[in-house]
Formats: sequence, C-alpha cells, structure tokens
Amino acid sequence: MTDDIPSAFDALEDGPRPSDEVRQAPPRFPAAESDHPTIVALGEAFGDAIIGQRTSAGDQHVVWIDPTRNFEILRWLKEDPAQAYTMMSDVTAIDYGNGRPVEVVYQMFSIRHKQALRVRAPLAVDHLEIDSVAPLWQTADWLEREVYDMFGVTFKGHPDHRRILMPYDYDEGYPLRKDFPLRGRYSRAEQTRRALNQDLERYYLEDTLAEGREPQEARAADRTELQDPENTGGEQ
Amino acid sequence: MSQKTVEVPVGRNPEMGVDGRPVQSPLTPFDVAEPDFNTEEMLINIGPQHPATHGVLRLVCELDGETVTRVMPDIGYLHSSFEKLGEYRTWNQIVTLTDRMDYLAPLIYNCAYMMSVEKLMGIEVTERCKVVRVILMELDRIFGHLLWLGTTAIDVGAFTPFLYAFQEREKIYQLHESLTGARITTSATRVGGMMADLPEGWTEQLRSFLSTFPDTLAEIDSLLTRNQIHIGRTQGVGAISAEDALNYGFTGPNLRAAGVDYDVRKDRPYYDYETYDFEVPVGEHGDCYDRYLCRMEEMRQSVRILHQALERLPGGPINVQDPNVSLPSKTDCMSDMESMIHHFKLITEGIPAPEGDCYYAVEGSKGELGMYVVAEEGDTKPVRWRIRPPSFVNLSVISKLAEGHMVADLIMINASLDIVLGEIDR
Repeated sequence: MTDDIPSAFDALEDGPRPSDEVRQAPPRFPAAESDHPTIVALGEAFGDAIIGQRTSAGDQHVVWIDPTRNFEILRWLKEDPAQAYTMMSDVTAIDYGNGRPVEVVYQMFSIRHKQALRVRAPLAVDHLEIDSVAPLWQTADWLEREVYDMFGVTFKGHPDHRRILMPYDYDEGYPLRKDFPLRGRYSRAEQTRRALNQDLERYYLEDTLAEGREPQEARAADRTELQDPENTGGEQ
Repeated sequence: MSQKTVEVPVGRNPEMGVDGRPVQSPLTPFDVAEPDFNTEEMLINIGPQHPATHGVLRLVCELDGETVTRVMPDIGYLHSSFEKLGEYRTWNQIVTLTDRMDYLAPLIYNCAYMMSVEKLMGIEVTERCKVVRVILMELDRIFGHLLWLGTTAIDVGAFTPFLYAFQEREKIYQLHESLTGARITTSATRVGGMMADLPEGWTEQLRSFLSTFPDTLAEIDSLLTRNQIHIGRTQGVGAISAEDALNYGFTGPNLRAAGVDYDVRKDRPYYDYETYDFEVPVGEHGDCYDRYLCRMEEMRQSVRILHQALERLPGGPINVQDPNVSLPSKTDCMSDMESMIHHFKLITEGIPAPEGDCYYAVEGSKGELGMYVVAEEGDTKPVRWRIRPPSFVNLSVISKLAEGHMVADLIMINASLDIVLGEIDR
C-alpha cells in the first residue's frame, strides 16, 4: 500500500532517467510576446536565429537562440551600445533527460541599462558542440570548462579546454547528465582501487601539466590504458 | 545612486609615517642595486594542504627566481556535486546543502536559495520574514568579512586582528546558535518563511553585539589601515583595472575595489534594499589594499543596515499562511485532520513548482551569488539547480593578478580575493 504513494525517494530507487532514449517529439520553444527592449531588438537584428522567447518567474526574460550563431549574437549583445551586456554573470547548462536538448544557459546583465537577460542555446544530445565565448568574456573561461566537465559540451575555440573540478583523467563520463548514476558508474570498491592506484608523480611534472592543457581527446590513448583493470592493477 | 570613495588621509606614500612626517622606511633597508637572482626556473606546488591557501586549494607556480611567472590553480579537491545531489532532493531538503557550500556565511546561502525557489513558485513571503532575512544576510556579511579580515591579516604577519576578529565572530556564532541550534550549518530557511521565528531575546542579543562591534572594528582598523607593513604588503599588489575586473567576472568587494560601482543590492534590489540607507564603498586602484578598505567599509555599512532593519522589524507571522507551502504547527497536526493531511503531503511529496526557470542574484559576502533553479510542471524536485559561485569566478583571476609578483605576494593576493573552497568545488 505504502508503495503506491509517490515519495521523494522514488528517484533514488528508480535510478537515473535515460538521456539518449527519445520519448517525445522535438521540443517547441515558447514564443510569447515580449516587451523587453533587447528581445525586440534581437528579433529585428537576427530574425530566424531567435527561436523562442518567454517571461519566466514573473519578470525574468528568456530568449532561445540558434546555437550555431551564439558567438555572433552574444558579441552583438555585448558590443551594441543600446544593449551593453558587459557582465556575463554565469554560463551553465541544463540536461532535461529523455533525449531533450541539452541547453547552454548564459545569464547576462547590463550595468549601464540595469537589465538582465537569459539566453539559452539548445544543443542536440548527439552533437554537443558550441562556440566558446571566452574571447568575449574572460570569465567564461572557467565557467565553460565547468560546463564541459559536468555536461560534456565541447566549446570550440576555448583557450584551455580541459576538465576543472573532476580529475583530468576522469573517465566515468559527465556527472550532471541525467544518465549519470548518482553514485557514479563504478562500484565503490573499483573507485577506491583506482584512487589508490593512480600515479601521483604525474601531478607534479611540468610536461604532464603542459599535456593537461590539451583537449581531452588528445589523451584518449592514456584513458583506454587506465580503463583496462589488468593494466593499472599490474603496475602496483 | 549614492557612492563613496574610500580616502585615507595618510596617502599612499610608503615613506610617510602615521603623523604625516617622512620616516625611514623599513621596507627598503639597503640602498644598493638588487642583485640578479633570475637564474633558475622552478615549478613549485603550494597546497593542497597549506594554511595560506585558505582551504584545499592547490596552486602550481612557475617561478623565475622568486618571481611568479605563471600560476595554475588546481581545484576540485572538495567536489561533492551538490548540484547533482540537489536533483534528488525536494525543495526544502536542499537547504541543508546550501550552507555547507559557504560555511563562512551560511545564512546568505540559505536565504538566496529560498528566494530563488519562492520567486519561481510565485510565493510572496511576509514582511516580517523579509526583514528577518535582511538581518540574517547582513549579519553573515559581517561574519564572512571578519573571517577574511583575520586570516588575511595573519597571512601578512599581523596576529592581533585575527584574535579580535574571531572574538567578534564568536558572538555571531552564538547568535546563529540561539536562532537555529547550529553554529555553522544553520539551514534556517524554508519555502515560504523560516524554520523558526526569532527566539525571545534574540534582537537584544544582536543589539548588544552591534553596540560593541564598531569599537572592535575601529581597533582593528587602527592596527591595519595606517600600518606601514600592511600598506607595504598590500598597496600596488595584485592590481586590476576596472575594465579587466568586469571582463574577468569579478563581483562583490573585489569588483568595487577596482572602481566599478556594481552592488546587487543597489543595481538589482531585492527585499526592499532600496529603502535602506547605506552606501556602497568603491575603490580606485583595484589592489589588495583597496579590497581591504572596501570590506572594512562594507562591515560598517552592514551595521547601519542592521540598525535600520531592527528598527522596522514588524510583528505578525513569519511564514506564509498557505497550508500548501508552510508546515502546520505540531499542535494542529496532532488535533486537526486537515492539518495532518497537509503535513503528510508536504513531507512525503514536497511542494509542486510551476514550469519555468528562475535566476536570483543576491549580494553575498564574496560577490554576486546567483541561484538558478529549473523545474517542470508539478516538480517537487529541481530539474537543475545551479549556484553561480562568486568565489569560483573570483579565483579564476588569480593567474592574471599574480603574474610578475613575488611568491609572498601571491599569498597576499590569494587571501585578498576572499575565497571559500567549499563553494568553489561545491
């Protein structure tokens, strides 16, 4: 009987929701009328690249853009004197699961005009790639690294594209994706074994640090070696 | 907008004494050309376990002699993915995660998170709750700044301010404890209000703290502000221009020290901050000394806000009078069927949110603290909960600030940024 009552702990028992399984039609973005001057101007300047807009939580303005043109649009928002969104408060992403697009979210604020704007760029789950805005705002450097680290979104043209919070050789995937289990992909014992068997020296050598600055893909060979339990176990 | 530029009468001449007369500066004892030490390039590792990194932070430094040529911060040692954990918890359960991020100013994080959730759900909290939260946030701004003040002073060798600051912090700890039962992990807020109303005698306790605190602050001020050694260690160290500070994402006192007049309380006012009379200190040079001055002045302004908030603290209920949001009292719950059902539903299911997303920024003690929550129709748990971490963004600038400085200055720069690693790694 008690099993029928939905509880806050259901999700723990049900496990993670699949990211790759498509259960519904491609999303349609809301197209509510907006009187936010920036959104009106965006519509005039970019037309088709603005794929949705809405007011959320009472007075917060959200606009959805074509992810292939994000750099162009954000540069316009920063440099156009009528907009002047000089402050990039936050760069993050949302994974809704169920095969819906992963959305990169930019929280922007214009100190000159005292206006806030949220820009969301939806990316198809099988093609998580978007232009980096780090050349426009230095602050996007670490924030985009975190999005890459947590969601696996690749930022093209990023100056220092590598993981930031997780270890550089972390190979379990991207923790904040909905298909990532809450307790990680490996068992507790396997995680402990890997932690104990890692080569501590490599964290101190200059050439490894330099190597760490390369994109993750360049070191795929290293990771496959690590993944083989025979290999890492045998060295110790 | 009111604006205040911090001016110190002594001036910025390190060869000027307290009384304005020139004195022999102890900082340049020998009038000889500096020998060339730039002979060896080294890679040294500061941290992760090091008292001067203010947490589990690792700085890999490339040195040329004693000059820092490159700093590579390595973070993530405290990573526990609070954002992921939040996706498995109901709105009220997440509160306990928020104060574990910044354990130096936990109430600001409790309040900021709840403001965001309430905004998403369209819940308007009571007037009393608003003022109480303003009091708690300003109190914790002092709390956070005091820790920064003490530890930064000790990093440059001043031990006394550390003791004075921690004595005052202890009083705020006691205020936390009598309000919430905990000293650090306060978890004081709930959707639609607070865990509990202010206990009897709490405001008097706060008033007595406010009556003695400015004197202690003035004493610390007299020990540091015109101190030759402190000035020598901080002026011109880690300077950044206003334009760069904005571009690199600095917020809070760090940004204002560089001369950008941006304070969330003034520019995106929340909880009637526009009706409080206070000034925002703005620096000029963007160096460690200006950051110090800005924080000192912010503490004085917080005291002003606290006095005003205590004046206007209204009576009435602290929680929203909506049975679908606030828990009923235990007595009602045990005697009234309706209340028991509401209690049961709230505990087992949680509070359903409407579809949407909400970004709520408040002025934390470290900078702009944003809470971003995303929900789908009827969700009792967030689809995504994101913290816009002020310390994380502030720390990312350290490579730029420390370049070309000495190793000892790197420690000072790191301290002056006021970071907390619990929130950087989350």
